[in-house]
Parts: sequence; structure tokens; C-alpha cells
Amino acid sequence: MKIHEFQAKQIFARYGIPVPRGDVATTPAEAEAIAAGLAREAVVKAQIHAGGRGKAGGIRRAASPGEARKHAQALLGQPLITAQTGPQGRIVRRVLVEETLPITRELYLGIVIDRSLAKPVLMASAAGGVEIEEIARMQPEAILKETIEPLTGLQPFQARKLAFGLDLRDSLLKAASQLLPALYRVFVETDASLVEVNPCVVTSDDRLIALDAKINLDDNALWRHEDLRALRDLDEEEPLEVKASKYHLNYIKLDGNVGCMVNGAGLAMSTMDIIQQAGGQPANFLDVGGGASAEQITEAFKILVADKNVQAVLINIFGGILRCDRLATGVVEAARELELKIPIVVRMEGTNVEQGREILRESGLNFTVATDMKDAAEKVVRLAKQ
Amino acid sequence: MSILVDETTRVVVQGLTGREGSFHSEQMLAYGTKIVAGVTPGKGGTTHLGVPVFNTVAEAVRQAGANASVIFVPSAFAADAIMEAADAGLAVVVCITEGIPTLDMVRVAAYLRGRTTRLIGPNCPGIISPGKCKLGIMPGFIHKPGRIGVVSRSGTLTYEAVAQLSALGRGQSTCIGIGGDPIIGTDFVDAIRLFNADPDTEAIVLIGEIGGTAEEEAAAFVHEHVKKPVISFVAGRTAPPGRRMGHAGAIISGGRGTAKEKIEALQAAGITVAASPAVIGTTVAAALGRAR
Repeated sequence: MKIHEFQAKQIFARYGIPVPRGDVATTPAEAEAIAAGLAREAVVKAQIHAGGRGKAGGIRRAASPGEARKHAQALLGQPLITAQTGPQGRIVRRVLVEETLPITRELYLGIVIDRSLAKPVLMASAAGGVEIEEIARMQPEAILKETIEPLTGLQPFQARKLAFGLDLRDSLLKAASQLLPALYRVFVETDASLVEVNPCVVTSDDRLIALDAKINLDDNALWRHEDLRALRDLDEEEPLEVKASKYHLNYIKLDGNVGCMVNGAGLAMSTMDIIQQAGGQPANFLDVGGGASAEQITEAFKILVADKNVQAVLINIFGGILRCDRLATGVVEAARELELKIPIVVRMEGTNVEQGREILRESGLNFTVATDMKDAAEKVVRLAKQ
Repeated sequence: MSILVDETTRVVVQGLTGREGSFHSEQMLAYGTKIVAGVTPGKGGTTHLGVPVFNTVAEAVRQAGANASVIFVPSAFAADAIMEAADAGLAVVVCITEGIPTLDMVRVAAYLRGRTTRLIGPNCPGIISPGKCKLGIMPGFIHKPGRIGVVSRSGTLTYEAVAQLSALGRGQSTCIGIGGDPIIGTDFVDAIRLFNADPDTEAIVLIGEIGGTAEEEAAAFVHEHVKKPVISFVAGRTAPPGRRMGHAGAIISGGRGTAKEKIEALQAAGITVAASPAVIGTTVAAALGRAR
């Protein structure tokens, strides 16, 4: 789960990580009032779940509270299109109004799990303000890494190593020795999959401040973090994906016109792939899981066809735990209930496949039955084009 | 004719009395798996599906002689269950449970270091040595005893591949689903090393997907150490970047972990990559035809 910058900064502040003074506003008047409480200048930052805001004009400097109001006015309620939002952009519903700082250096700090080591790793670079992937590509030697032993945590010597590597001396060394362990505590105690400060700035008066903040949370751990669950912003999510999550369906909306419903993530991805190989474009990824009920299948269908781009649907099920007869019953019920007009291609294999095919045949509904994945993909792509 | 598990494997099911545990244990028993014990804390002394239930894994080992475990407990308790199984000294622990927090698995991985237990999964379909036993949730009837080793990050996609192999008369020595999570006990390289050392496995099928670098690591290992034919398929050529495709580990981040990169790495190592999920079976058959 993603959270907003201002939410991540509130968490940082609780752990004693220095962040710029400021507050979040939902109206231009609020933005003006916050700016008035700050010294001279302010920065107005659009709060959306996507990066690339600076280049897209989503971060604006204001010389006066009145100007902060104007910037907030221009940003709020409007879509912000960045390199990461896609062409439709994201509506800005909040802005973060913060003090400006006398910046002398921009550093990068980040914590992720190294999958092959199965341990967290703290990465740091003196080349902050640029995306870490960019640094990794251009100058991988510029990234300093400390692998953290999960049973002992980040040790003081590791924080010192990174600080010296970033050329932080004297009072800044001390600041880093406090900030880095705090960052690791945030990572562990929020069950994060990513904690990133980019940039973490050095000011001319020798302070170390998290100018930006990003925390991605592990969805699998949210059950034990009631406070963090409350940070979810449904406005930032695709409405159909929100609906799907209620029924424990894994749905991701894409741009094509062939809807697909599959059991299992790997098979669902392969189904998308083979649709494309057959000359079509998948409209979605949808994994109904191993033990989908008839109700889940009906709901999955509703979500699929709520996407207006969908011209035809491919159902690809390998029945193991999910029996083909149960699937077929769910599909027939859904097709009747929704009075579906669009063509549906069904490819089933596995447990009780004969009964499943029988149920589809006897329904009197217009299903196209396919023999294998290739056949199914070719049929559904042809039907979608008609 | 198999790796890790066979007809002598004595299984304890952790979470035997639960809904999932009961359903799949019945299926495993029907397949011929020797389930010698179940563990449900507080239900020790009872019997379920004709299997004695114990309070702890240690008791199941001591009293029923279990040497492998299958875990069906809910995600909040699964990390604990894995560690309990390792503490009891089981050789093979298969964790089916999906949705375990990543940091729980970081702790489990640390706990398992220096121990002899081999963990398979979590978030996986399990392991089957066709005709001998299955520890997991895969439909047994699609498998056929034979000489092809299958290792995969996926569940149903593996069934698809196995069904294609069986239909072509190509049986399997053992099929392992290693799981779709970022942190797993047994990776591609571990499984390939075992298949490579197994005299009864003549070819290896590797089914990968987007995210991480496991396929690249497997490619390097195969290039260096494996003479047997290796055939592969990678799911997710059309997956959009930055989105988690069902599996927690299936995500393209920062432009890394794409299917294209993986396929190139596999091909560079001399591994045949099936062009489409529909031709995994025929690609294997063709490669073996060439090898003979």
C-alpha cells in the first residue's frame, strides 16, 4: 500500500527524523494560513501517489502566503500528469505547504529487502534528488550499501560507515547516526517494503532534513497495523480495483479490449501474454484465486464488464482446487444475471472438466468453448475485433 | 526417480483440522501420501481423518516418526509454524500459506540459517513426486511418473505445463512449486542443483515470472554446472511496470525484473525458452528429441 508524502513525514516525525516545518491543506485558504505561519517563503507540494511531481509542475515555490494560496488554487482539484501517472494524471486533493530550506547538498537514503539475501539493505548516495534507478544505471559505484542483520538490526558502526561514505562530518555525522537507525526503525515497525528519503538534504546551518519521504507498506502485514490501514487513500486507487479487493480478487486494469478471468497469478499473466501474441490487447489482469466461490466469480464478471473497453472475455481456468463444474455454474449465473451481450470464450481444464463443459452447453447461452490456451486466445481476439 | 520426497516420506500436516488443511489432507491421503500426524495446538490426543493429532511438531516427530511437514495455518501464524517445524528437525517443510508478511519471512530465513531444514514456499502449491506422494495442493491426476524435473514460481501455470507434458507422454520425476513471494526457502538454483544430481531426472523445466532476479541466477548456474537439457518459460511479457501481478514477488521495479531481461539471460545460458504458454510441452519434447 502506498501512502502520501505528508503521511510518511508524520510517521518520520514520530520517530524523531527531522522534516521541514509545514502542514497539509485541502483548500487555498488553508494553504495561505499555513504559509503565513512559516518564515518568508514556502513550497507548495501536490500530494498524489506518484513520483515525478517536480518536473510536472506539482511542486511550486511561493514568495508570500498570497502566492501559496494561488499555487494551491491552481493545483487543487486539477489532474497532475507526471511521468508515473499515465496520460490521465491524478487529481490533486491535498497540498503540503512547507518552509523552504537553505540547501547545500542533496543525498539519497533508502531501505528495501534484498530478496536473494533475505535481509534489509540500507542504500545511500551522495547523488540525491535523482531516482535511485537512474543512479544505479549511470554510476552504480556511487551507491553505498549496508546489509542489515535482522536479528541485531542496524549497528552504529554501519550508520557511521555510511555517514563517512557520504562525507558527513562533525555535527552532521552525529545527525546521521541518529537519523539512519530511526529510519530503520520506521522500516521494521511499519512493516514497510520501501522507505525512501530522496532527497535528504544538508542545510547551510548543518542540519540533516528529510525533504521528501516515501513509505510503501507491505499489504500482507496491514492486519497488524490498524493505524496504518487508516492511511489508505481510496481516491488514489482505480475504483474497479478497490471493488475487486473487497471480494479478494486480484484485479489490475489495463488498456486493451480483451477482458480475462483466470485462476492463479502465473497463469493469468501468461494469458495476458498469449492474448497479445494472438494480436489482441488484454483489458486487465484478473486472478480469481485457487478456491473462488460462485459469488466471487459473479463479482469478478461484474468488474470485468464494467470496463467499457471490454469487447470480449476470455475465461481460462485450470481446475485444481477450483473445480470446473463450480466455475461453469458461476459463469452461467453471472451471464444470466448481467444479461451479457459480449462474446465469452471459455477454456477449462482439470478437475471435473466434462461436467463443466456440459453445464456451459446446456445453459443455452452463447459461449465459445476453446480446446487450449492458444485456441482460446485466437478465438477471443477475433471476437473482440468484430 | 525423485528428489526431496518419495514413498517413504512421513508427513505431519500443521493445521490438519482447519478447513484448508482437512480438504487437502484428504486429497493427499487419496494420492497415497503417508500422513502420519497432524498438529493443532490444543487438539492433541484427538484423531482427524484417521490421523493422530498432536499439540506440537516435536511430539509428532517423537511419537509418529514424521520427517516432513506441510503447513496450512493462517498467514499470521505461518512464520511461527515454519520455525516450529525446523526446531523439530524436519528435513523438508512445505509452506502453502499465502500472505505472510515479508518481515516475518526475513526472520524465518535468519532462523533457518545454519539448520538443515529445507523450506519450500511459502505461497506455493507444494511438491509432488508423481506416483509416490504429494505434499501440497496440486491436482494429482494431471501428473505422470517419469524423468522430467519441473520447478516453478507459479501454481496453475505449473499445472498447465505438467498437463501438457503428461499428455505428450513425458512424465515427471518431481515437480516443485517454489512460491511467488519475495522471500522463499528454496529457489530455482537449489531445485536445479538437486535435479542435476538426480540420476533419474533427464531434463529440467523452469517456469519463471517477472520480478526479482531468480531466473537470471538460475541461468548463470545452469550455464556453469548443468549438462542436462533445461527448458524454460517466463510469464509476464505484457505486465505493466510498478504493479504487483497477484504474487507479492511479481513486480517490475525500476525497469528491472522484466520478462524480456529474464528470457535474454536464459537464452544466453543456452536454455530453450518456450515462446508461448501453450507450447511448453511441445518445446520440451522437441528439445529432448534433439538431445537424443
